[in-house]
Amino acid sequence: MRTFTYYPGCTLRTKAKDLDRYARACAKALDISLEEPEEWQCCGGVYTTAHDEIATKLSAVRTLNSAKEKNTPLVTVCSACHNVIKQTNYDISHDAETASKVNNYMQLETPYLGETVVYHYLEMLRDVVGFDELAKKVTDPLTGKKIAAYYGCLLLRPSKALAMDDPENPHIIEDLIRAIGAEPVIYAQRNECCGGYMTMEDRSSAVKRSTAVVTSAAEMGADMIITACPLCLYNLKKNSQTELPVYYFTEVLAEALGVKEDS
Amino acid sequence: MDNKQKEQILRSSGVNVLKCMRCGKCTATCPNYEEMEYHPHEFVYMVEKGDLEKLMASQSIYRCLTCFACVERCPRGVEPAKLIEAVRLAAVHRQGENHIVPDDIPGMLDDDLPQQAIVSVFRKYTK
Repeated sequence: MRTFTYYPGCTLRTKAKDLDRYARACAKALDISLEEPEEWQCCGGVYTTAHDEIATKLSAVRTLNSAKEKNTPLVTVCSACHNVIKQTNYDISHDAETASKVNNYMQLETPYLGETVVYHYLEMLRDVVGFDELAKKVTDPLTGKKIAAYYGCLLLRPSKALAMDDPENPHIIEDLIRAIGAEPVIYAQRNECCGGYMTMEDRSSAVKRSTAVVTSAAEMGADMIITACPLCLYNLKKNSQTELPVYYFTEVLAEALGVKEDS
Repeated sequence: MDNKQKEQILRSSGVNVLKCMRCGKCTATCPNYEEMEYHPHEFVYMVEKGDLEKLMASQSIYRCLTCFACVERCPRGVEPAKLIEAVRLAAVHRQGENHIVPDDIPGMLDDDLPQQAIVSVFRKYTK
């Protein structure tokens, strides 16, 4: 059994319980132990790119350091947490001034300098489990289902910090879709923004973006869309004028692994 | 124009505006450009000229989705979103100038809205 520090983040405790619940059930089925830190704080949702903003980066550093102290890699499943934590880790590793200011504030016993390896849950499936091995554990393949992977923006960009997949032609979710026995649907809008937090201040702009995404997937013949992001799921479901079912990728994975009912 | 503020914005964003060759790819790829009075490529030029007050007074700085499409796709690595972030921070850091206040939030909620949206809005729109 392999052990990871698991950072769920605030939304997975409230509006995105399914993303979390199925992620935990699938990890168990894949012989992976996800250990949640005793204490954690919200990542902040979006990364502040300004170099002189330090306070807004500290909660991510605390999470990164808690994984370092446990000597385990860190895994996140929410796209936003993944983005904030990886960008923070990248800046601490590549910008000596950020590292110095953060450590000056935190006064840790040993300074945190970007040592923790951060995985998105999808990367853990690809790089630790392996999609071939995953395919062998599938008990209920989703044969015949045409699934559109929705990456949005937070999983992939900026690619130099996230280093997850080709930002313009990604395939990690399509590889997962094949591993669970379904057929991936490639469509133009899969890595364009859903409108994000703009839904709060100006719903009409989120409606435009989300409708463009769902229409693009529907036109290519998708039966459903899967995502790793609670805000993408919300926008694609509530703000799109084209209807297509939208699920978390962990839910379809749990179905394929035969653990959906137990979770 | 206050050169010190321009210097601060350039330093805070880490952006070198002189690398921009005005190809407009950032604007072409911006998913929210229709909502903006000033578009990403104009932002870069306006900061270069020191035309900051117009930018800071514009709603355009709150229309950036932070999707990093312009950062990823700029052929010169200018990273316009980082500049927009620095200008927006300079605007909301003024006394009394938060773009959103907690009392605004209840009217924006529905049963399914994820916390992620609320914390993101506070992170982007307030000091």
